[in-house]
Parts: sequence; structure tokens; C-alpha cells
Amino acid sequence: MTTTTHERTGTPPTPILEVDDLHVRYGGSHILQGVSFAVPATGVTALLGRNGVGKTTTLKAILGLAPRTGGVALDGDDITRWSVTRTVREGVGYVPEDREVFGGLTVDENLRLVGGDVGADAPVVAELFPDLVNRRAQKAGTLSGGQQQMVALARVLLRDNRLLLVDEPTKGLAPKLVTEVADVLARVAETAPILLVEQNLPVVRRIADTVVVLDAGQVVHRGPAEELMADPDLTRELLGVSMRREARQ
Amino acid sequence: MSDVVLLVVTGLGLGALYFLAASGLSLIYGLMGVLNFAHGAFMVAGAYAGWLTMSGLPASWGVGLRMAVAIAVAVAVGALIGFVVEVVLIRPLYRRHIQQVLVTVGLSLAAVAAVQGIWGSDAHPLEKPRWLASTTDLAGAQVPNDRFLFIAAAVLLFSALLALLHFTRLGLVIRAGVENRTMVEALGINVQRTFSVVFAIGGAAAGLAGLLGGVYANSVSPLQGGAMLIYAFIVVVIGGMGSLTGTAVAAVAVGLVQQLANYYAASGVGDLSVVLLLAVVLLVRPASMQGAH
Repeated sequence: MTTTTHERTGTPPTPILEVDDLHVRYGGSHILQGVSFAVPATGVTALLGRNGVGKTTTLKAILGLAPRTGGVALDGDDITRWSVTRTVREGVGYVPEDREVFGGLTVDENLRLVGGDVGADAPVVAELFPDLVNRRAQKAGTLSGGQQQMVALARVLLRDNRLLLVDEPTKGLAPKLVTEVADVLARVAETAPILLVEQNLPVVRRIADTVVVLDAGQVVHRGPAEELMADPDLTRELLGVSMRREARQ
Repeated sequence: MSDVVLLVVTGLGLGALYFLAASGLSLIYGLMGVLNFAHGAFMVAGAYAGWLTMSGLPASWGVGLRMAVAIAVAVAVGALIGFVVEVVLIRPLYRRHIQQVLVTVGLSLAAVAAVQGIWGSDAHPLEKPRWLASTTDLAGAQVPNDRFLFIAAAVLLFSALLALLHFTRLGLVIRAGVENRTMVEALGINVQRTFSVVFAIGGAAAGLAGLLGGVYANSVSPLQGGAMLIYAFIVVVIGGMGSLTGTAVAAVAVGLVQQLANYYAASGVGDLSVVLLLAVVLLVRPASMQGAH
């Protein structure tokens, strides 16, 4: 295990992303009500909370896909006036909820959309998603949910990312595939920090370093993942679930 | 037998014109969700640009050469107008569909009024090369040669658009954008630039359709775009908005139905048959109206 500069000096690492007093309003609804948190430059930060508290909206607002007010800084740069395209090109990769692969395009075309000259033949695809190499000519719409998730992850990894926003990557997947996806995320996090929205607490326990918990559009808890996961009462209070029950599932 | 051959080939020719008019409309709607009522104005612009070119070039060039140049000019003018309209009028109004409809309807009305103001309300005869004005014997039927030109132009455009969609990066972005425009942006791809190119392509096809519509009618007129636009919309809806192959199939079907009904029922029944065909398609497959959006 290597020692990082901040660990040697004791100074906290500079966050890769800082969200400050973020608000999102849709019509008459005030979805995010002053969300503030920071994402460290390494590891996985899990964004948790019950259904409908604004986790997906937070990711969309960071990227610029939701109408936002407030501050969002990437590595110190204010990105609130950047277009979605620029934010992604500057290194923010986005894996949406429900994958949103292009069903009418082949696996290779889905990947080339981002990779340009490279698609299923990219080394990162062969290394992390070997199954996709064999399915390169298959229409993405005919893949299983797990395979589509691999396409959604693979295509963002074809860019150099400074930060990945990953929204419920294990949703609706069989337990074996959940493990595979978690393995991939753990490996990806070695090279780029991840802000992960995830309902599956065993996955959070396994790969997350830090957690941010939302409730009713506001941050109600921040801290090390270990601390939250080790406290069943706090987990139940904040997330409405029992870690023991989650672990059994 | 010769009647059937004549009807089928002329029906295909008519369908080819409809495809030329509808393909750009379909692409624009499929990718951008824009119902472009100004498409008829693009056709009028192409028709008049071609007619002015034909009239302006020296007679010594010969009608065939002048027609070839006129076609190139009509395509270029259509593309340029499409591009400018997208950048100036449509871009500020993305996702504001009612305003888009108002602006494009307003533009089509203004364009017709401008053409009428400058060149008058009457139709202007369009010179044709001798070959185009004559017929070819096909299985006993005397088929007007201009129908072969329309069919060739439509096949060429269809092939070019298919090649663009399936063998180029721009085509890949367009196909992805037709499925999910927001996700394309979320992958860091500048969809805005693609919109401009698609509008230019649509404008080019409309410009060509406008001039060839003039060849079909032997004249260009300020109102020809509006008449063609109605059929183009019908074709796009029947074909499934946003589907190029669907548009091609629908264009052929509409052209054939119109021609056969006009001949075997009575003159004018063709138009009614096309509307009935549209109604049947919408009843059987109501999703046609929604397309990719």
C-alpha cells in the first residue's frame, strides 16, 4: 500500500469536487435545498438516502442536466456556467441510472461514440469487460441488464476522467452481477474518484470510503463509510434499513 | 399491362419527390424534435434559386448543363438556408416546441410573401432539357423521363443518407441522438453542431425537392412548397417520425396509392386515399405520430 502526500503530512486531501448550497427546483417542487458536500480526490464517496430524497437529481445538477443554482467546483474551477458537454470533456464521466445505452446501436458503436477510433478493441474494455469484446457486434438493446451496465461503465472509461458520477449501477442486477459490478468499480476507483449513488448497502460497505446522506433534499450526514456502516441504529435512522437485513439479501 | 407499368413508374416518381421533400423533415424531427414548418420555404428557396440560375446562365451553355448547375445551386442554397435558420431561429428555442412551431410557421408565411413580393404570385415556367421533356418506352408504356430523374435522385439521396448514418461518426451521433439526445450530451458530445449539420442536410434535400418539384410541374411558384409540405408531413408520419427507411417506404406507398387511386377511381380520389392511408396507419400504429420523441 503506497502512502499519499496528505497521509504523510497529515493535511486533508484537496477535494476533486465541491458542491456548495446547491438548489434544484422543478416546477413548484424544491428538490435540492442547499446541498453542500465535498468529494475527496481519491476513493469512492457514496451518496445515500431513501428513495426520492434527491440523490439522482444531485448527480444531474452537478453535471448540468438539472436546472441548478449554487456552486459546483471541479478541482477548484467553478463549473456552474459550463455546458454539460464541457463538463464531461473536462473529465466528469457520468453513468446514469438505468444505463441508458443506445439500444439500436451495437456494443462497439456505443463505445465508439465516446472512444472515437477505439471501441470494443480498447485495452480497458478487454481488461475490465472481456464479455463485451465477444459481443461487440450485438445490438446493445438485446443485452441483459448486467451487460448493458458494463457497456454504460465501459463507455465512460474510454475518456480520461477526473471524477466519475455513477448512479445506482447495481439496480435490478442479479447478486452475481452485483459483485462483478462492485469489483469493476473498486478497480476503477484506483484511478479516478467516484461519487456513487447506491442503494445496496453491502456494496457501499465494500467499496465506499466516505458517505454523504441526503434527506428531503438536504445533507443530514457526512463521514467515513465505515463509521456509518458500523452503527446499525444510525443506519436505520438515516436510511430506514437494517445493515443485517441488507447483508442477508 | 402498359397502364400498370406507367402507373407504377409515375407513382414511384411521385414517391421519389415525396421522399426528397420528407427525408430532411424526418431527420430534423428525429434528432431534434423540431417540427419544421419552414421546410416548404426551403423548397421554394431551392426552386427559385434553380430557376434564377437557369435564367441567368448564358443560353450557349445548353439546357442540360444549366439544369445541372441549377440543381447544384438549389442544393447549396437549401443547405445554407437550413444552416442559417437553425443557428439564428431554432437554436435559441430548443425544447420550446410551441415557439418553434410559431417561428417556423411564421418563417414559411414570410418567405412566401417575400417571394411573391419580389417575383410575383404567378408561376414561372422552368426550362427543361429535351430528354427530360420526352418519354421512354417501357414495356409498351410511354413513361415521362423526368420520373426517372426523380427516382434516381431519391435513390442517390437515400443511399447517401444511409451511408452517412452507418459509416460516419456524424451518422453515429445522429443515430444515437435520435434515440436519446440528452445521453449523447452527457457523454461529452457536442450535439449542437450535429443539429446545424442535420438542418443543413435537410435544407439541401428540400432545395433539391423544390427544384425537381418545379421540373415535375414545369414551373416554379411561391406556393409549391406548401403543397409539397403537406405530403411530406403525411409521409413522415406514416413512415414513423425519425425513421429514414420508414420515410422511404411511406413515400413510395403514398406515391403509388395516389397515382393508382387517381387512375382507377376518379381524378382527385388519390388525395383522399392518401389521407385515408394516414388515418389507417394512425389507427393501427398511433406511435407513428410520436416517433423518437
